[in-house]
Amino acid sequence: MWPRIFSLAALIAVWALAAALAQSRLLPGPFVIGAEILAEIRSGELPFQMACTLGRVIVSFAIAMLLGTAAGYVMGRSKAVDRFADPWLVVLINMPALVIIIFAYIWVGLNETAAILAVAVNKLPNVTAVMREGARALDPELDEMAEAFQLAWFARMRHVVMPQLAPYLAASSRSGLSIVWKIVLVVELIGRPNGVGFVLGSAFSLFDMARILSYAISFIVLMLVIESLLVQPLERRANRWRRRPA
Amino acid sequence: MNDAPIAGDAVPLELRIDAKSYRSADGTPVEVVRGLELRLDAGSFGALIGPSGCGKTTILRIAAGLDKDFQGRLNTPGSGRLGFVFQEPRLLPWRTVEENIRLALPAHLSGVDLTDLVEILGLGSHLARYPGELSLGLARRAAIARAFAVRPDFLLLDEPFVSLDEAVAARLRDELLALTTRTKVTTLFVTHHLEEAIQLADRLFFLSDRPARIVLEKTLPPPRGGRSQEVAASIRAEARALAARPL
Repeated sequence: MWPRIFSLAALIAVWALAAALAQSRLLPGPFVIGAEILAEIRSGELPFQMACTLGRVIVSFAIAMLLGTAAGYVMGRSKAVDRFADPWLVVLINMPALVIIIFAYIWVGLNETAAILAVAVNKLPNVTAVMREGARALDPELDEMAEAFQLAWFARMRHVVMPQLAPYLAASSRSGLSIVWKIVLVVELIGRPNGVGFVLGSAFSLFDMARILSYAISFIVLMLVIESLLVQPLERRANRWRRRPA
Repeated sequence: MNDAPIAGDAVPLELRIDAKSYRSADGTPVEVVRGLELRLDAGSFGALIGPSGCGKTTILRIAAGLDKDFQGRLNTPGSGRLGFVFQEPRLLPWRTVEENIRLALPAHLSGVDLTDLVEILGLGSHLARYPGELSLGLARRAAIARAFAVRPDFLLLDEPFVSLDEAVAARLRDELLALTTRTKVTTLFVTHHLEEAIQLADRLFFLSDRPARIVLEKTLPPPRGGRSQEVAASIRAEARALAARPL
């Protein structure tokens, strides 16, 4: 814990020093940014824009995880489906995020559906590929056990399959969250009238570095909080059976 | 636990495998079983004895209906509720012992009292532990408890006592004997250990090398568990003669 705090403090110190040396409107120091963030919070502007972005992150993340897990599971379990769908996956994985965003806005329109769809489709192939590996690694012996004892489909999923997929789910949601929020900002920059991405876009056209930095930093902090308060505890819970020595 | 025989009990196990083969990794077909016919009366205990690698596990998986890719016919006893004890315990590592047992239960038995069964198998103080915390002997017991908890009308065991030290294996054999006597479940047991088979079974099926078929069938005089030295000695002699004979 302490080395981390020290490391962050050092980063801020370097920043403060650079800002003091530069004395430029284009590199405001940490205190200026701190004051800016407080002002933005007080006016309600920052919480509103962050809530817009966070909402998009959550919805598109959920869609990508749900569909990607289902698709990856089926592809990992069935050779025929995998042979058929693998080229699609390769195409999707290599499609630039920007292209998908443009397609979505052109075909669906400049609206919320298109924004969320674009982000989900960007993340989807990634989840699918990871979950496919997970499904391929499922233990056939436990499968056979479940069949011998005639476990119902739901029980099989919940008690036999999902616990085996848990590490893969954790890995893809980790990388997923960070990818998704970065893409959400791009989507907002291009075609939404609110959200952190939109604010950054308009601040960019005004060269308003203080605003850009204060929004960027606030959002990074929010994502770190979500990661340590939500993702990590969930992971610990899923792995509690591992932690006791034999 | 339910001591009464289960409805549909009178149906014997009938298994005929005309041929069973699989493809090895390099694509050549390997014949595992050929011309095997096996009939086991309802409520009795049959042991399949054969050298390692002769296809015993394959036969057991076919008898359980887990492998349908064979030429032949299968009639299982009762309504088809299986109890299976695999060679490895095959417990879910992320569930406790009790959860592992309860998960296997059919809906109408959920919430059933497991105390008796768990006491017989000496698992009482281990129910809340995870499989990773158990010794192999205890994990095997948990697997046996799971198989009996479902109140099977057909019980299959695949060398459940290998790689246990003899004292533990002997205790578990006694426990298995008690449980099968009490539940009168039709049981098919795979082993390469003749003494074990003589102690536990009503009927012995000796298997040949690959492709496996039954080379000798032997009905043992009751009671199970209390066979005289003479009976055991005569069976041993017969098994030796069988092994010496060119097939």
